[in-house]
Amino acid sequence: MADLTMPHVDAVIIGFGWTGAIMAKELTQAGLKVVALERGPNRDTYPQGAYPTSIDELTYNTRSKLFQDMSKSTLTIRHKPSDQAVPYRQLAAFLPGTGVGGAGLHWSGCHWRVTPEELKIRSHYEERYGKAFIPDEIPLQDWGVSYEELEPHFSFAEQVFGTSGQAYKVNGEIVGPGNPFDADRSTPFPLPPMKNPYSAELFKQAATEVGYHPFSIPAANASGVYTNPYGCQMAPCTFCGFCSGYACYNYSKASPNVNILPALRQVPNFELRAKCDVVLIETDSTGTKATGVIYVDEKGNRVTQPADLVILGAFAYNNAYMMLLSKIGTPYDPTTGEGTIGKNFCYQNENSIAAFFDGDKFTNPFVGAGGNGIACDDFNADHFDHGPLGFIGGAPMWVNQAGTKPIGGGPLPAGTPSWGSAWKKAVKDNYTHVVSMNAHGTNMPDRENYLDLDPDYTDYLGRPLLRLTFNWHDNDYKMANFMVDKMGAIAKAMNPKAMKVSAKKPGEPFDTRHYQTTHMGGGVIMGTDPTKSAVNRYLQSWDVSNLFVVGSSAFPQGLGYNPTGTVAALTYWSAKAIREQYLKNPGPLVPV
Amino acid sequence: MPDTKWTPSRRAFLLATVATIPAVTLSGSLLPSGSKAFAADQAGYTPVFFTQSEWAFVNAFVDRLIPADAEGPGALELNVPVFIDLQMGLPYGYGKLWYMGGPFRTAAPSLGYQLPYAPRDIYRNGIAAAEQAIQQAYGKSFTDLDATTRDEVIAHMQKGKLAMAPVPSDMFFGQILQNTHEGYFSDPVHGGNLGMGAWKMIGFPGARADYTDWINQNGAQYPYGPVSIKDQGI
Ligand SMILES: Cc1cc2nc3c(=O)[nH]c(=O)nc-3n(C[C@H](O)[C@H](O)[C@H](O)COP(=O)(O)OP(=O)(O)OC[C@H]3O[C@@H](n4cnc5c(N)ncnc54)[C@H](O)[C@@H]3O)c2cc1C
Ligand code: SF4
Repeated sequence: MADLTMPHVDAVIIGFGWTGAIMAKELTQAGLKVVALERGPNRDTYPQGAYPTSIDELTYNTRSKLFQDMSKSTLTIRHKPSDQAVPYRQLAAFLPGTGVGGAGLHWSGCHWRVTPEELKIRSHYEERYGKAFIPDEIPLQDWGVSYEELEPHFSFAEQVFGTSGQAYKVNGEIVGPGNPFDADRSTPFPLPPMKNPYSAELFKQAATEVGYHPFSIPAANASGVYTNPYGCQMAPCTFCGFCSGYACYNYSKASPNVNILPALRQVPNFELRAKCDVVLIETDSTGTKATGVIYVDEKGNRVTQPADLVILGAFAYNNAYMMLLSKIGTPYDPTTGEGTIGKNFCYQNENSIAAFFDGDKFTNPFVGAGGNGIACDDFNADHFDHGPLGFIGGAPMWVNQAGTKPIGGGPLPAGTPSWGSAWKKAVKDNYTHVVSMNAHGTNMPDRENYLDLDPDYTDYLGRPLLRLTFNWHDNDYKMANFMVDKMGAIAKAMNPKAMKVSAKKPGEPFDTRHYQTTHMGGGVIMGTDPTKSAVNRYLQSWDVSNLFVVGSSAFPQGLGYNPTGTVAALTYWSAKAIREQYLKNPGPLVPV
Repeated sequence: MPDTKWTPSRRAFLLATVATIPAVTLSGSLLPSGSKAFAADQAGYTPVFFTQSEWAFVNAFVDRLIPADAEGPGALELNVPVFIDLQMGLPYGYGKLWYMGGPFRTAAPSLGYQLPYAPRDIYRNGIAAAEQAIQQAYGKSFTDLDATTRDEVIAHMQKGKLAMAPVPSDMFFGQILQNTHEGYFSDPVHGGNLGMGAWKMIGFPGARADYTDWINQNGAQYPYGPVSIKDQGI
């Protein structure tokens, strides 16, 4: 164990998931010498995705083979600022990634574009519903970037990911039976939509019957053979059902490893160092310029990596964590509402319904792909009148059959005991005869939902753990119940023999024991006002202008859709600003 | 991979047993104790982690969590106790997959597991404490209770009502139930789910992983039985 200093590079990237990989590609293409540091091990289709050993629920999902190493580090959680936080000791509610590819290696593939209104959520709601509609405890704010500005980057990200889908409107013209609520697009999807499993087909018929507008979920699971703009190749998805939580054995699911890394490996001005855990972004004596990063390598050496430009792409809340550890920006204070680092942590307000059918109707839920399915957007974003409802936000509703496996298990009818003969009979009778549907809702920020450093718990290096203060609030309960009511209409139209509705009940606390999603956001949010946001519209730190913080950490609120399509577009947007503006004239891209 | 060389003889034994006993007599209610029905077979496997009395407890417990009956195989037939014993020797058993830093505080149940015990400790402490509490209440060991009383005890534990420390009974119950589901439903390569019996019962095709021709069958049943990783030559 020694203190080492590496040769200077133009840019250092912290984390090699989707954001790190996109930045690495963009910045090396601009001629910069780039080093990417990833805390976890090297990973790729082989061996992590190799058939048949990857088709193993116990090893991969139940025992978390690809997820964050909890023995080294975690975060602590509490429900409100006056509570004492305790560690999130066993992975359950969310499954953060580690290693080359990040969570991008084992994500599902639902690939969305944020709606135009959500990017200007405060102005939009104020304009349509009046200023008084947004309660004081919900610190909503606009993102500072428009859909039109991001559109080329959404389009390019879809080309890179090889996304399968059906466009509705391209360059102002209706081109097919896509999502009629979609904003205009400059390009169709690079691949046609995926085929539908039976469950999704039932949902489509039922949603149409009740007057909603179903469409195919855009999926970064390839519906055909494909070569992306970087020359990386994908093969058609086989609906193997071992998708979310697994590395794809088949080169069908978009990942940094399949869709970017093969093109980066050839590049002489790029180096990827795995098992390098960044502990700090170093700043100079003024605190306004980053000089590089310090990391601990596999052997325990403490290594300084000097760089002119620092890119922080460590995933959602990890970005806020690194900012707090590095003492960059002002930590958020929930009592005053001042400070920005850790502010507006947000998550996903997901609620579900299971519809059960007779034994002669097989839905075969083991067939599936992570991004596959049918959705309807009638109650997402602001596609419906919120005026009389008294809540902000919405939820796409869908059957997203990613592959139900037996240990995780499928839903069972209400009242089923959890063991014994009756349990066994219920599993036997229902496993292949159920349709699961979700309302995958927004989560608005709350003044009391935030991130800071824990005073008591530490990680394997002695760093304080990140502390998450989070709970559901009125807005979430109201929305949850509205959504299952609307989705219930679809479920009933399927004519099931029984239904089970799972919606948050008022007062029910955030429960870390059950998987929800790994779609966290906020903590280093973007905006136009340096007193209310941590990064500007180009994801550049207001405080340290040679630091760019990329990821869902920039989201001022939690989206109805899954985040990664928007994360990728924002990363390309930030990269373009670095390439075309920052490199010519390093310094703040927006005057402070 | 765990050494499961002993399985063929066990499989042979079980097949012979199943062939000669009508399905209905396999149901726990007709036997004083399901574990005793298979006791002869335990000679084929020597537990690595569990002591003999712990082993008897685990066998008797999982036998009630997933009993053998006409619907399909029970936990014992599918080697669930063997699976659990093997898991205890892996990093999981030693708590290496969990954050185990202190201090350990009591917190709202919704904030998840907060005890300083790894799975090995949970079983070791839990079995001893449960047996003690059961002795007090019933004057017998769990393994000597009849099936109905065992179920009563388990239902009590599930609700956290069997007074035991340091591992509370609902927590201990949850740990065994989780591991039982794992051993029942995981790939046979891990030592449980013998002959893919649980997969056959529910219609899960295991490691087939290619449904290109079967994406939408319009409500029809998938036509093929399961395959395991092991069957693929590994
Ligand atoms: C099971 C699952 C399913 C999902 N499904 C979907 C989906 O269908 N659609 C969707 O849009 N999104 C989905 N997501 C979310 C998606 O994976 C993330 O949005 C995406 O990966 C974010 O990219 P990122 O680069 O910000 O973070 P990541 O991909 O997580 O990469 C961040 C990397 O940074 C590394 N890192 C962290 N700290 C340090 C440090 N100090 N030093 C060095 N390296 C560090 C991490 O190890 C990690 O590899 C899913 C996630 C999971 C877990
Ligand atoms: S479902 Fe398709 S994309 Fe997902 S892992 Fe399987 S083959 Fe790959």
